[in-house]
Amino acid sequence: MAKYLLLKHYRGAPAAVNDVPMDRWTQDEISDHVQYMNDFAARLEKTGEFVDGQALAPEGAWVRYDGEGRPPVTDGPFAETKDLIAGWMVIDVDGYERAVELAGELSAAPGAGGKPIHEWLEVRPFLSAPPTITE
Amino acid sequence: MNEVLLRSLTPGVLAVLVRRGADFAAAGAAVQDALVEAVRVWPDDPPRDAKGWLVTVAWRRFLDATRADASRRRREDLVDREPTPGPAPAADDTLQLYFLCAHPSLTPSSAVALTLRAVGGLSTRQIAQAYLVPEATMAQRISRAKRTVSGVRFDQPGDVATVLRVLYLVFNEGYSGDVDLAAEAIRLTRQLAARVDHPEVAGLLALMLLHHARRAARTAADGGLVPLAGQDRGRWDTRMIAEGVAVLQGALARDRLGEFQAQAAIAALHADAPTAGETDWPQIVEWYDELARLTDSPVVRLNRAVAVGEADGPRAGLAALAAVDGTLPRHTAVAAYLHERDGDPATAARLYAEAALKAPNLAERDHLTRQAARINARLNAGPSG
Repeated sequence: MAKYLLLKHYRGAPAAVNDVPMDRWTQDEISDHVQYMNDFAARLEKTGEFVDGQALAPEGAWVRYDGEGRPPVTDGPFAETKDLIAGWMVIDVDGYERAVELAGELSAAPGAGGKPIHEWLEVRPFLSAPPTITE
Repeated sequence: MNEVLLRSLTPGVLAVLVRRGADFAAAGAAVQDALVEAVRVWPDDPPRDAKGWLVTVAWRRFLDATRADASRRRREDLVDREPTPGPAPAADDTLQLYFLCAHPSLTPSSAVALTLRAVGGLSTRQIAQAYLVPEATMAQRISRAKRTVSGVRFDQPGDVATVLRVLYLVFNEGYSGDVDLAAEAIRLTRQLAARVDHPEVAGLLALMLLHHARRAARTAADGGLVPLAGQDRGRWDTRMIAEGVAVLQGALARDRLGEFQAQAAIAALHADAPTAGETDWPQIVEWYDELARLTDSPVVRLNRAVAVGEADGPRAGLAALAAVDGTLPRHTAVAAYLHERDGDPATAARLYAEAALKAPNLAERDHLTRQAARINARLNAGPSG
């Protein structure tokens, strides 16, 4: 009934509690992490709360219009970019509390030492259609 | 093949199977089989009693499927042991289906999905489109909902209030995709009103009709929101308004007031005014007082503050607003409106811009942004402009 975007960040979010870079994890820890994320998505499909999800590459470019008859300007990638989206998942849930609950679960994905990474996830509501009854 | 006829018959057929003891999911599959069979056979050999034909074929399919499924041996025994209950003339199967689909064990979104599927007869694809989720997601939502209620027995009457809440949710979702959910909610509420003698069912039906009648005038050509005061009243559907008022009057005469009747009364007073300026605001305030007593809802008190502002002036409105929780959605928008009417455009523009950031939907955000821009343009033009 209400859609939310769960955003994972490469950069820009506050540091995770269990903040060990993924390239220092063991093979098994990486597998467990990936498995957890897949299981999470599969579970939401079963509950009828999953809408969509994608992972994004860290490389990106800024593009803008540069005037009539000129090609668009591209620049970057911006190494100094503060906020870098790693991926997203869209869920359709009964309300904000459920969205927070699910984001909390996703943030508990295992990392180094098999312990939850406690990663910060951004939760953003979609703007919806206006309700029919307003006044 | 008359698809509309089939769709209107489907819920009743499903209801008969479920009442006879068929598991919800299995009953649904059997009814689908029967529909396919109907499409094949009816053009050459139309039945005299279409519903009876479907019930017979669906029930036979259900029994076949149950017998064929060895792992369901136990249920087969159950079906054999418990003789099929005969027709119960007093019981309305479709009504029981309403109660089942709105069962309190379901989350609101599951109850809505199941109601549209089982009572409304919409396809899973249509429901998924209307709610902008993948079809697989909606299919899972519906099948989970079916599993949740499959053990529920029809031995006690359902809760009308829960059914009404579900229908209200469907109506308020508006419309998108190829299904008009508002029209669908009205259709289902009409069906319910024909079966249940309850003033709040009539109250909800009246409320829906009165709002639906103004729908064409609510949206500008560019998709923007047109507030009530700015709507072209010539585009309101007067026949639908007349019907809504008549349904409401019938309900109010029963003297068992409920929140839907009170909301419908407010909508009726708006619909009754030839121009926005002639709206009977004092009476609307009285109805909001009734509503606040019935629901104790902060949203109602917020709307009441708007009505007070119209009835007794913006200062009175702001005083009423001061007593309402400031974190409510639209609180800032209401404050902006009242400050503008009170002759404080600078504060109004600031609050409109702030309200736009908090708006829960695009149409409202654009509307509030335009309000702020309109006042800012006037302020910037200076006293001479």
